[in-house]
Amino acid sequence: MSRILILGGRLLDPASARDETADLLLEGGCIAAAGSDLDSRGAEVIDAAGCWVAPGFVDLHTHLREPGQEHKEDIASGGRSAVAGGFTSLACMANTEPVNDDPATTDYIIDRARQESPARVYPIAAATKGLKGEIMTEMSALMAAGAVAFSDDGKTIMDSGLMRRILEYSRLVEVPVVVHCEDRMLVLDGVVNEGPVSTKLGLPGNPAAAEEVHVSRDVRLAELTGAHLHVAHVSTAGAVKTIREARERGVSITAEATPHHLTLTDAAALDYDTNTKVAPPLRSAADVEACRRGLVDGTIDCVATDHAPHAVHEKDQEYTAAPPGLIGFETAVPVVLDLVRRDEISPLELIRRFSTNPAHIIQRPGGSLADGEPGDVVVIDPNRRWTYDPAKGYSKSRNSPWAGLEMIGRTVATLVEGRLVYHVDRGVLVP
Amino acid sequence: MIGNDLLGIEDLEREDIQRILDTAVHMAEVSEREVKKVPTLRGRTIVNLFFESSTRTRASFEIAGKRLSADVVNFSPATSSLKKAESILDTARTLDAMDPDCVVVRHAVAGVPKRIAEVLDAPVVNAGDGAHEHPTQALLDLFTVQQEKGRLDGLSIAIVGDILHSRVARSNIYGFTKMGAEVRVAAPPPMIPPSIESLGVKASSSLREALDGADVVMALRIQSERLAGSYIPSIREYANTFGIDRAKLAYAKDDAIVMHPGPVNRGVELSHDLTDDRPSVILDQVRNGVAVRMAVLYLLTGRRPRAVAAPDEGGLVT
Ligand SMILES: [Zn+2]
Repeated sequence: MSRILILGGRLLDPASARDETADLLLEGGCIAAAGSDLDSRGAEVIDAAGCWVAPGFVDLHTHLREPGQEHKEDIASGGRSAVAGGFTSLACMANTEPVNDDPATTDYIIDRARQESPARVYPIAAATKGLKGEIMTEMSALMAAGAVAFSDDGKTIMDSGLMRRILEYSRLVEVPVVVHCEDRMLVLDGVVNEGPVSTKLGLPGNPAAAEEVHVSRDVRLAELTGAHLHVAHVSTAGAVKTIREARERGVSITAEATPHHLTLTDAAALDYDTNTKVAPPLRSAADVEACRRGLVDGTIDCVATDHAPHAVHEKDQEYTAAPPGLIGFETAVPVVLDLVRRDEISPLELIRRFSTNPAHIIQRPGGSLADGEPGDVVVIDPNRRWTYDPAKGYSKSRNSPWAGLEMIGRTVATLVEGRLVYHVDRGVLVP
Repeated sequence: MIGNDLLGIEDLEREDIQRILDTAVHMAEVSEREVKKVPTLRGRTIVNLFFESSTRTRASFEIAGKRLSADVVNFSPATSSLKKAESILDTARTLDAMDPDCVVVRHAVAGVPKRIAEVLDAPVVNAGDGAHEHPTQALLDLFTVQQEKGRLDGLSIAIVGDILHSRVARSNIYGFTKMGAEVRVAAPPPMIPPSIESLGVKASSSLREALDGADVVMALRIQSERLAGSYIPSIREYANTFGIDRAKLAYAKDDAIVMHPGPVNRGVELSHDLTDDRPSVILDQVRNGVAVRMAVLYLLTGRRPRAVAAPDEGGLVT
């Protein structure tokens, strides 16, 4: 196995609260040592001067579209795009065709990922058969096949009784149930946040209450059942408050927020660009502020991209007809670094939310630079300026609200299992 | 200065609106002539691109174009290739290749005319998009009120009905407030959009409060399919509470006029007699619609350069 020395970077290791300039040596697929004057004979050297060196990012919310929707993305292209953004592990949602609701499909995804993806891929299996919200899936069998969590994501389970049983049953397998909290009766045909912007645009509004009501329900059900509830893509001030209070009561609940909900408001939709259409929708400035505070104070555990590729012709429709979602791997770092630049969060704490916390939630290795840990490492230049062009990215799709914008901060190198899989000057180095 | 397109009243300055209204005065004169036709837009092609059917608005644009001697082509993708899922922007690109001089777009979804305008070279006129805007309707309403009252500045306008789903309401709110009038809206609470007051209007669920001292009472059409969304209990209850008859009209000024974008559900938004007789000006609105649309087509299209010079540009003084 090769040796790699990452030289002179700022080591950010949330697991040990370490934040200092040091070299990092990877050997045999693992972290071998950190410090200065390391024995680096025969090692490939990556210059990290002026850069952050951190545990590889773990994205709990992605849509890789394989099997079944390979025109949008596949495990290979999604994995490449992920490592170009600094993500070394991905949890992928079950809304493929066929739905990932049986062990054979879980197997298939893991197998394809092993062959094609430079990033580790962890399937999240469906919570109900066919995402229909009727019959729960065989969680034990899916777990045995490699599922790390259960979720119907966007097909929100509206039947509260069934949701209760799913949460209860999930205690058998002790993995999180991930919920996309939007009351479908309140969303109705809403496509933008309900408020001044929806009124101005004349597009159907989706009220913040649709999320808040549903988070309240699921928090109560988590409390009732003692299960681990993970709230996906929190977007409203009310949801942040409900989650904060639940954690204070000791409810077993974790949560994620996306780069877009942390930085963009509904005003981004004012020119009807369908790349701003996402579920839940971009919200008000007060909601964005509350999500940022929630991420900073730990109410929201982690950043997840909800990377959701759609083909150009699919987004090239009426705002109401275009599918919701945006691609997020390659822009997550510069977008979320905004919180560091505004002094809202320290680099170390931000890395904790990108790496350590999400790895912990799905109980998978990573999130640490301690000796012997897997060699999943990311090197970030927080000051590098570049212009984002989705056409030059690795995703098959281009649906990004940040297209054409100047970015500050970029992933310089990504290592998975001690191997360099991405370098900004050399591109993705395959499997 | 009016831009390349007319997508909404929100984008216009007060001077733009005044200019269109002033031009419409001349256009109204054309419509009074025995031969209601001037050669101004001879050789120009106007395409009515109606994704959502609307006989009235389409006819109004068609007549306006023909009175200016333009060739008017009606294109309703709803009945042709859209069934084959051709995207709206593909339709727009196809049209662009045919080099029209102006495209009038109507669509059930807000924002489509804007997206089409981004693709098209030719000027685009929004003939109504979802619950967003219907600028020529607002312009004809402004024109009608100006005609009736001799001014717009300082008037009180009450708009009554389904504000939430109404592009006519939004365009009129922008139009009347820009021209110095005060606008109040009244509706059952589920039909008042959130933060409507951010558009500079007073919102109320009391008809009496909205009508109190109003110079103009504008009723909006209630679409009964909205009932499926349970916005109001029933048409009958709406007619009782927000339907306007002579008794309720008494809250407004003695010389208040009554308007409606049509078609009227008689006995629902307006009582039968109010629909037909003064102080209702509904037919004037329809008549003025042609003049206002002639003005818009002229201002957007008449001054564009064209490959071949027209033999006669004359007939109009503006
Ligand atoms: Zn979701």
